Amino acid sequence: MKILVSNLRPAIVSTLLLTLLLGGVYPALTTFILKVGFPHQAEGSLIRDHGHVVGSTLIGQNFDKPEYLWGRLSATATAPYNAGASSGSNLGVNNPALLDAVKGRIKALKAADPGNTAPIPVDLVTASASGLDPEISPAAAEYQVHRIAIARHVDEAAVRSAIASSTKGRTLGVLGEPRVNVLEVNLRLDGKL
Amino acid sequence: MSPIIAGPLLTGNAWLQLALYMAVLTACVVPLGAYMARVFEGKRTFMSPVLGWLESLIYKACGIDSAKEMNWTAYAVATLAFSAVSFVVLYLILALQNLLPLNPQALPGLSPDLSFNTAVSFVTNTNWQSYAGETTMSYFSQMVGLTVQNFVTPAVGLAVMAALIRGLVRKETSEIGNFWVDMIRANLYVLLPLSLILAVVLGALGVVQTFAPYITAHTLQGADQTIALGPVASQEAIKMIGTNGGGFFNVNSAHPFENPTPFTNFLELLSILLIPAACCYTFGAMVGDKRQGWAIYAAMTVIFVPLMLFCVAMEQSGNPHLAALHIDQLASHLQAGGNMEGKETRFGIVNSGLWASATTAASNGSVNAMHDSFTPLGGLVPLILMKFGEVIYGGVGSGLYGMLIFVVIAVFISGLMVGRTPEYLGKKIQAFEIKMASIGTLVPGILVLVGTAIALMAKDGQAGIFNPGAQGFSEVLYAVTSASNNNGSAFAGLSANTPFYNVLLGVCMLFGRFFIIVPVLAMAGSLATKKTVPTSAGTLPTHNALFVAVLVGVVVLVGVLNYAPTLALGPVVEHFNMIKG
Repeated sequence: MKILVSNLRPAIVSTLLLTLLLGGVYPALTTFILKVGFPHQAEGSLIRDHGHVVGSTLIGQNFDKPEYLWGRLSATATAPYNAGASSGSNLGVNNPALLDAVKGRIKALKAADPGNTAPIPVDLVTASASGLDPEISPAAAEYQVHRIAIARHVDEAAVRSAIASSTKGRTLGVLGEPRVNVLEVNLRLDGKL
Repeated sequence: MSPIIAGPLLTGNAWLQLALYMAVLTACVVPLGAYMARVFEGKRTFMSPVLGWLESLIYKACGIDSAKEMNWTAYAVATLAFSAVSFVVLYLILALQNLLPLNPQALPGLSPDLSFNTAVSFVTNTNWQSYAGETTMSYFSQMVGLTVQNFVTPAVGLAVMAALIRGLVRKETSEIGNFWVDMIRANLYVLLPLSLILAVVLGALGVVQTFAPYITAHTLQGADQTIALGPVASQEAIKMIGTNGGGFFNVNSAHPFENPTPFTNFLELLSILLIPAACCYTFGAMVGDKRQGWAIYAAMTVIFVPLMLFCVAMEQSGNPHLAALHIDQLASHLQAGGNMEGKETRFGIVNSGLWASATTAASNGSVNAMHDSFTPLGGLVPLILMKFGEVIYGGVGSGLYGMLIFVVIAVFISGLMVGRTPEYLGKKIQAFEIKMASIGTLVPGILVLVGTAIALMAKDGQAGIFNPGAQGFSEVLYAVTSASNNNGSAFAGLSANTPFYNVLLGVCMLFGRFFIIVPVLAMAGSLATKKTVPTSAGTLPTHNALFVAVLVGVVVLVGVLNYAPTLALGPVVEHFNMIKG
């Protein structure tokens, strides 16, 4: 009992002091440094059009009109790409609901571009982990070039050029995967970037 | 059924990324490990001029005599007292967050069972999350409640590790160090500087850090999109460094605001294993024989690398059901291919498989892809890595002391084979040490098997299952395994935010943490009182390849004996269901 009592003061006081330091000073200092040094990133890499926020470079948006580049499927609740409630589908490989979602996307892609017989890249028919994936693979972008060009009455070259400007390779040629930022491409196609 | 994939399961780039990761990790082990040894030997470090005054100030305010050491019972009582106070403070913050500041979304206080589960989860360094961060937690709860525990729980792990190492090094004494000094030095000299650096770098690369309320964007197609924000960078850094893993957002490090680029992903991946791997070197340095530390590092790596390669290969092999629909799953320079359900484009297959392996080898438990959507055998890898008891690198501090439990058993078995009293680093391993080691290895197994059985038999347990068939069984098995071994990752389809799961998993987490810590400290106390036996020709060397092989064998044997039937019922059945089409 005595040993317990003797530990009470250090237990309580150290908890309070460490809370002050690690839950107060440390996050405040981090916020200060980032606010001064990297304000754009700190507030969410937001994109503005005439002062209004149209989105974030890092957060995907839902696109289903034929003239826009489409991103990954999104399994977020109430609506796709709900950035207030990130979520994956959590569907297992054998879950019939997974196949239904895939078939639904295949149907939508075929309906929007009936002549396209190329095999569909896997990331275009599967839901991302976050439900907010801002990117698709270059293969998935290329698959959609024909549809976008027809819908916008422009050359495929113009669409490809918008895609190329928003494509990133692997970091240092090694890390991660090549990818295309969907929102950026669509802003370019609309002449807003 | 069409063949799954025509290309290689491990691409050239996969080999390159994985090799780079292991090389950079190994390069960091020596400087950080040596530095931590100085910290726990009480020596001055290059950080002492910056932080020494703060250290003394805290001792003074707490009434701690830093020169006074403790025996193992006093050390254990201090550990438990500190954890108990942490639990009470965190429970109150969570339950009463509606009355506290920094709650711009006006989120309500957490229910009692969720407050209990979350407080236990963060105090045991598990960081299992029954809730979705952005729809549940105020900025105050995240920053003052959870972030603080993200620091102090790995600090507790490091303290217990330091105590056990002292038990091995010292002779004929009952003292194994001062808990308060070890815990506070771990926070100030190890975790805080590393986290501050990582937080700023992550922030510069796109991880958000703001106290502004959630913002509404007007999208190109004319919808309104709510975008959750918060003080993420400061929490993200210590979440990764301290083998915590509790995400700011629901989808954890898959969220672009937690992990926006391949480079942030590399830094976060490195942070997962950084301290646990460096602890091996710290151990070698503190016992005065670095080969002993390298032997343990080698044993961990020998288990980790093949499982990680297997996980990546299984995910790259894709889903045969999609191949039947003529979906292109072949990796090329234009796409990652493979099983992309529940994975992010920027991470692809390689970084998702590597992360799933690293986060469960260590007791981190963060995710950058949804494990529930992994192929059955790809998902078996994180499951089995947790089942090894979180000793393949493992948690900060807890990985090393957990592995030393297996070392004691390996030495004991070797001793039986040659008919000599087993010794480790000159200390005789006797009945008391073996009893403590047995508790340490058996408790997680009992918790996992009994807990899973209870959940599967109870109506409330079955109600949480999401995916049909064997995958549903795996969801429950994964949750109980994760809680009992203090990992925190999930097959997230399971609806775990119910009173049933919150209480069951809370109890598993508590027992899984403290029923290891107390036996480890008891073992430290017992070892410290012993004399050191001089090495002789009959001494079993514990730094060579033979011993590494024995140690690997013991870890794998205990894991497989405990869990093979459960793995057969879950992932293996699901795999056959997948390939039969």
